[in-house]
Amino acid sequence: MTEYSFLICLLPLFAFVMIVFFLRWKERVSAGFSIGMILISWVMSVVVLFETFGREIAYEAGYTFIDLPNFILEIGILIDPLTAVMLVVVTTVGACVEIYSVGYMDGDPLFSRFFAYLSLFLFSMLGLVLANNFFMIFIFWELVGLTSYLLIGFWFEKKSAADACKKAFLTTRIGDLGFLVGLFIIGVFIGTFNYQDVFQRVTEGVAAGWLAPGVVTTAAILVFCGAVGKSAQFPLHVWLPDAMEGPTPVSALIHAATMVAAGVYLVARSMHLFAASADASMVVAVIGIITSVLAATIAITQRDIKRILAYSTVSQLGYMIMALGLYGYDTALGHHSPGFYAGTFHLMNHAFFKGLLFLAAGSVIHAVHTNDIFEMGGLLGKMKKTGYAFLIASLSIAGIFPLSGFWSKDEIVASTHGHPVFMILTLLVAFMTAFYMWRLCFVTFFGKPRDQQRFDHAHESPNVMTYPLIFLAILSICAGWVGLPWLSHGFASFAYHGEAYHPHANWVLMGISTVVAVSGIVLAYLMYYKGSISPEKMAARFKTLHKLSYNKWYFDEIYDIILLKPIMALGRFMWTFDVKVIDGLVNGVAWFTILWADIKEWFDTWIIDGAVNGAGWVVCQGARIGRLLQTGSVQFYALFIMAVSVLFTVLKIDLVTGGSIFSGAAIWIIIGVAALSLLSRLVPKSDREVESEE
Amino acid sequence: MLPYLALAAVLFSAGLFGVLTRRNTLGILMSLELMFNAANINFVTFNKFISPDNMIGQMFAIFVVVVAAAEAVVGMAIVLLIYRNWQGVNVDNMRIMKW
Repeated sequence: MTEYSFLICLLPLFAFVMIVFFLRWKERVSAGFSIGMILISWVMSVVVLFETFGREIAYEAGYTFIDLPNFILEIGILIDPLTAVMLVVVTTVGACVEIYSVGYMDGDPLFSRFFAYLSLFLFSMLGLVLANNFFMIFIFWELVGLTSYLLIGFWFEKKSAADACKKAFLTTRIGDLGFLVGLFIIGVFIGTFNYQDVFQRVTEGVAAGWLAPGVVTTAAILVFCGAVGKSAQFPLHVWLPDAMEGPTPVSALIHAATMVAAGVYLVARSMHLFAASADASMVVAVIGIITSVLAATIAITQRDIKRILAYSTVSQLGYMIMALGLYGYDTALGHHSPGFYAGTFHLMNHAFFKGLLFLAAGSVIHAVHTNDIFEMGGLLGKMKKTGYAFLIASLSIAGIFPLSGFWSKDEIVASTHGHPVFMILTLLVAFMTAFYMWRLCFVTFFGKPRDQQRFDHAHESPNVMTYPLIFLAILSICAGWVGLPWLSHGFASFAYHGEAYHPHANWVLMGISTVVAVSGIVLAYLMYYKGSISPEKMAARFKTLHKLSYNKWYFDEIYDIILLKPIMALGRFMWTFDVKVIDGLVNGVAWFTILWADIKEWFDTWIIDGAVNGAGWVVCQGARIGRLLQTGSVQFYALFIMAVSVLFTVLKIDLVTGGSIFSGAAIWIIIGVAALSLLSRLVPKSDREVESEE
Repeated sequence: MLPYLALAAVLFSAGLFGVLTRRNTLGILMSLELMFNAANINFVTFNKFISPDNMIGQMFAIFVVVVAAAEAVVGMAIVLLIYRNWQGVNVDNMRIMKW
C-alpha cells in the first residue's frame, strides 16, 4: 500500500475537481463524494501507518522534475513514521470535519463549494506531509495558505471575515518570505532540496568544515520563520484569533488540528538543521515559550468561545515548538531529550482534542447562535453528547490522568529538564490552560442559563454532527495511550529523530503536573461555578494585568501603529507621487500630443486642403468664364474659328516669313470681312430683312 | 495671276461673309459653295501659273466639285431635318448646344 500512498493526497484533489466541474449542482452528492474520497484516504493512511511499523528505513519514491548540472529538483514522496502519523491525523480529523460539516453547513447557499474547498485543503495538507523535499513542501505550504484564505473568507459578504482572511494571508506571507529565503540558502549552500540529502550533507558538511555553522543557523532560523507564520507563533500570532471568522468546521480542521500544525511539522521535519545549531534551536524554544505564555494569559479573559480556543491553540502550538527547540538545543550540545517525541506526540493528541473542542464549540454555537460564553450557561443538560465530549476534551487538554493530553504534556514538561526557567513557565502555562479551559466549561455548560431565550432555543445537534464528536472524544481519551512510558515499542521508539528515545515513567513529574492541572480546574470551579472567589473582584484587583490580557496585550494596536500606519503613509505618499508626478508626466505628454495634433490639423485644413480646393476653385471659376464661349450658335463658332485662324496666320507671318504685302493684304481683307460679319450680327436686322430671308 | 487670285479672294470673302451672316440655313449652304469655288479657282490658277506640266490642280478642282455635290446632298438632308424640328430654317433658333 505504501507504494500507492501518493493516492492519499490525490484522492481529495480528485474530489475537488469533480465537485467543481461536475457535482457542484448536487449538494448531497458533492458532500458524499468528498467524504467518500477522504475516507478512502483515511483507510490508506491507516494501512500505511501499520506498514511503516515494520519498516526499518523510510520509503522514498519520486521522479526528477528539473535536471540541472549540480542541481536536481524532484517531485516525490517520503514515508517515514513522522509522515505516517501526520497522514493519519490529517485524514482522521479531515474525515470527522467533513462529516460534521454536512450538518453544520446545512442550508448554506455555497454548500458544495465548501466541500470543494475542504477537499482542496486536504489535498494540499496531505501533499505537504508527503513531500520529500523542501521545494515541494513550499508549494503545498502556499497551497494550504491559499485554501486557508478561501475558507476563512468563506462567508465573504461579512466584512470581518473578508478582513480576517486578508490578515491571515498577509501575516503568514511574512513568515513565508523568510521560509523562501531559507530555501534559497539551502539551495545555494547545500545544493539540494531533498530532505535526506540535505540532512546528510549538513551533518557531513559541518563535520568536514565546508559548511559554516552560521549558514546552518541562518537557514534553520529562516525556515523557522515559515513555521512562525503558519503556526501563529509570536510575533505573527495575531492572525489566528481573527481567522475564527471562518465557519467552525474550518477552524477545527485548519486552524486547530492540521494547518497550524504544519509549522510544527516543518520544524520536526527539519530537525537535522536545528540539531546542528544550538543557537537556532534556542531561538525556536524561546519563541515557543513566549508564544505559549502570551497566548495563555490572553485566553484567560476572553469571552468569545472560539477565540478562547484559538488562543489555546496558539499556546499549545508554542508548547510543541518549545519542546522541539529544546530538543534541538540539547541534541546540539550532546544531551538526550524527549523533546522531539514530546512535540510530535503532543501534535497528534492536540489535533484530536482541539479538533473536538472546536467541533463541539461549533455545535454549541449552532444551538445558541452566539459566540459569547457569558450568554450561555447550563447547556450540559440540553446538549448531553456535545457537552460531555467537550468536557472530555477539556480534561484532556488540561492534562488529567489518563487522558491523552496528560501523557504528551508530561513529556513536554519532561523535555524542559535542565532548563529551569522553561520548566517553571511550562508549568505556569499548564496551570493557566487548565484554568481557562475549565472556566469555559463551567461558564458554558454548568450553572444557571444567563440568557433564557437562547437557552430555550438550544437543542442537541443532529447525529451527523455528534457522531464525529463521539469518535474524536474516544481518540482524545485513547490516542495518548500509544505513548505510555511503559510500552517498549510506543510512540517514542516509533517517531524519533536520530536515535530512539526510551521514556521512563517519572512519578514526581506526573505528580507535579497533575497537581498543577487540578489546581487550575479547582480555581476555575471556585471562581465560575461556586462563586466563592468573585471574578469581578479579581479583575478589579489586577486591573492592569486584566486589561492587558483582555486587550490581547495590544498587539493589534501596536502593529497598527508601528507597521500599518507607516506602510499606509508610504502607500499614500506613493499614490500622491503617482497621481501628481507620473500621471502628470503621462498627461503632459498626452496634452502636448493633442496640441501638436491641433497644429497639424490646422495646417492640413488651411494649407493642404486649401491648395487642393484652391486648385479646384480656380478651375471652377475659369470654367465659369470659359463656358461663356459656348454660345450654341454655329455661326459664332465659325467666326471664332476664322478669327483664331487669322490670328495664327498673322502671328506666323510676323514671326517666320517676316511678312509679305500680298499675304498681308489677303489677311487684312479676311479680317475686314470678319469684322463686318460681327458688326452685322450686332446690328439688329429690320423686320423686312428677316421676312425676306425666311 | 494676280487678277485670278484677287477674284478668288473676293469670292472667298463673299462666301465667308455669307456663311457668317446669313440667318437662312440654305443661304449658308450656298455661301459655302462660293467658298468651295474660290478654292477651286486657286487650285486651277496655281496649276496654270506655277506647274503647267501636270494637271494636279485641275484634278483637285474636279474632285472638289464632286465632293461639294455630295456635301450639298448631306447638307440639304440636314436642312430638311432642321426644318422638321424647328418649323423653319433660321440658324439663330438652333442654339440647343448652348451652355
